[in-house]
Amino acid sequence: MGLKTPLGLEGMVNKSFPPPIVGQLFRLFSSLILTFIGLTAITFIIGRVMPADPVLAIVGDRASREVYDAMYLQMGLDKPLIQQYLIYISNVVQGDFGKSIMTARDVLDDLIRFFPATLELATIATLIGVFIGVPMGVGAAVYQGQWFDHLVRVIGLFGYSVPIFWLGMVALLIFYGWLDVLPGPGRIEVFYDGVVNPVTGIILIDSALQEEWEVFWNAVDHLILPSTILATFALAYIARMTRSFMLDQLNQEYVLTARVKGLKESSVIWGHAFRNVLVQLITIIGLTYASLLEGSVLTETIFSWPGIGQYITTSLFNADMNAVIGGTVVVGICFVGINILSDALYKLADPRARGD
Amino acid sequence: MPQLSTKNIFSKYRYWLTIATPQSVWHARFQRVYIAWLSFSKNPIAMTGLYIILSLLILAMFAPLITSGDGTSQELQNRLLAPSANHWLGTDELGRDIFDRIVWGSQITLYIVILVAIIVLPIGLLIGTVAGYIGGWVDTILMRVTDIFLAFPRLILALAFVAALGPGLDNAVLAIALTAWSPFARIARAETLTIRNSEHILAARVQGASTTRILLHHITPLCLSSVIVRLTLDMAGIILTAAALGFLGLGAQPPMPEWGAMISSGRQYLLDQWWVPTIPGIAILIVSMGFNLLGDGLRDVLDPRSGEG
Repeated sequence: MGLKTPLGLEGMVNKSFPPPIVGQLFRLFSSLILTFIGLTAITFIIGRVMPADPVLAIVGDRASREVYDAMYLQMGLDKPLIQQYLIYISNVVQGDFGKSIMTARDVLDDLIRFFPATLELATIATLIGVFIGVPMGVGAAVYQGQWFDHLVRVIGLFGYSVPIFWLGMVALLIFYGWLDVLPGPGRIEVFYDGVVNPVTGIILIDSALQEEWEVFWNAVDHLILPSTILATFALAYIARMTRSFMLDQLNQEYVLTARVKGLKESSVIWGHAFRNVLVQLITIIGLTYASLLEGSVLTETIFSWPGIGQYITTSLFNADMNAVIGGTVVVGICFVGINILSDALYKLADPRARGD
Repeated sequence: MPQLSTKNIFSKYRYWLTIATPQSVWHARFQRVYIAWLSFSKNPIAMTGLYIILSLLILAMFAPLITSGDGTSQELQNRLLAPSANHWLGTDELGRDIFDRIVWGSQITLYIVILVAIIVLPIGLLIGTVAGYIGGWVDTILMRVTDIFLAFPRLILALAFVAALGPGLDNAVLAIALTAWSPFARIARAETLTIRNSEHILAARVQGASTTRILLHHITPLCLSSVIVRLTLDMAGIILTAAALGFLGLGAQPPMPEWGAMISSGRQYLLDQWWVPTIPGIAILIVSMGFNLLGDGLRDVLDPRSGEG
């Protein structure tokens, strides 16, 4: 008797040492580091090298010569570029993005204040995308070529093609301006401001914890439009990918076998085919979540949502470079982090993708 | 094999285009295009996309004939008029005809799309083919850089670029191009890897062709089709990003009739004169839909392997 392995799985048992997961983690870590270096290099170039005069951008053109020189030395612009970059990296690692000109606070503090709103919006939008997009994609694959499939295709095309800031405006016009069934821009009605203590910064959680249900439902009302609008692209993308993954599975022979055995169609679809799609979907959902964190910039502008996207755009107009760069780095890190994490989850969950 | 009919000039051309023994390289190329066109024109979705893009081209080309002014002439006594026979799509807050502005704006959209393509294609093809053909550490470094750009949030990066360069149409184009080239390098590399060891490359090398010549004349042409498919599909995203930059006031500056900027300036009239900000959005939607449809169709014709069933 050899090793006890399930039939046909002999090749999958890995006897090597160290276990492949160590190599995976190492690869993961190194790609994370490399991407981080790339990200900071680009933001460094954007913030320090590209502007005609970074000192002038901070002190303004009416500053005296002494102020200018002092700032020049303080920013370390007399040092070689590579040394400046190293100093910059060590600052970023310590969470020091400098001070915001606009709010006169540390950029990091600002980002911590604005981030929960973006997180709340993007999370709800992703949930909407998943809970509507996945059934839509599965249905389109099952009824391939029929009217439901075409409907999903049209919705997908719309989601891919529509300018999201325009869609948000039209939605506001219809549901707030004409029908008046949903509240206007903002995260919460003004007179509820300050009712709830910010603990996590996510109003839904805070108000539920403190049992302020009026505030909770008001926040839900305010979330409906922006999160649905933000979810449009996610929904289109998830539905499209689910459809193509499901079609791949439904054409496999094990599905035929399951049908021949006389299993119920619902069990064939959800119990057999869909379970194999699930793993691939993790990656897609991760990608979507990351892209929504970024994509919320425009939605936040339309709905006056006090999140990171709005922080970045208002800083842009006030030429507040520290804030712009800080925001870009933080969103970039989240984006890259989620991407790499979902990739790792995928490899953990699906032995076929490991490719040791 | 269709019969040669001297009476019908079309069947003569069709015969020339489908004959099994092409007489020259150009003859063969025409035939390939014709056969691709046959399957493309049977696809109603792709044709819809093609018609939309052709209409955009026609609008842009004949803008002086179609419109009554250059889209920037103000008639302050005619502000914010509703759509009517005189002003098909109404007028904006400075009394400018919105239809005229949409038509002139199509030129700006084309300008953005073409310029981004001109910047992005050579960069992507160069990096991808060089990395794939030479391999080794060149490949590793180039692909690392590509991956880093691929992993970035595009819109935020474009925002930061424009912030540093200063707002304006050309800077917006540059910022979009800087964030959009990476997928093309990936695709070109993947194609190159499959072509690299084929026999016609070997034959060229044995004849003493230089690396540059092989890259330019033997590998790049074969990468083009999948790169172009991806480019068409990405065009929609490029248009949306450009419109978003314009909407945020970072792209084309007033009084340029850029569609995103038009939405932005009409935004304050949303509740009372809803057509002012909504109509340019419909224009953006139609054009980006056109590119998506065209891209899907091209993919089915040129690149059937990567089709989505």
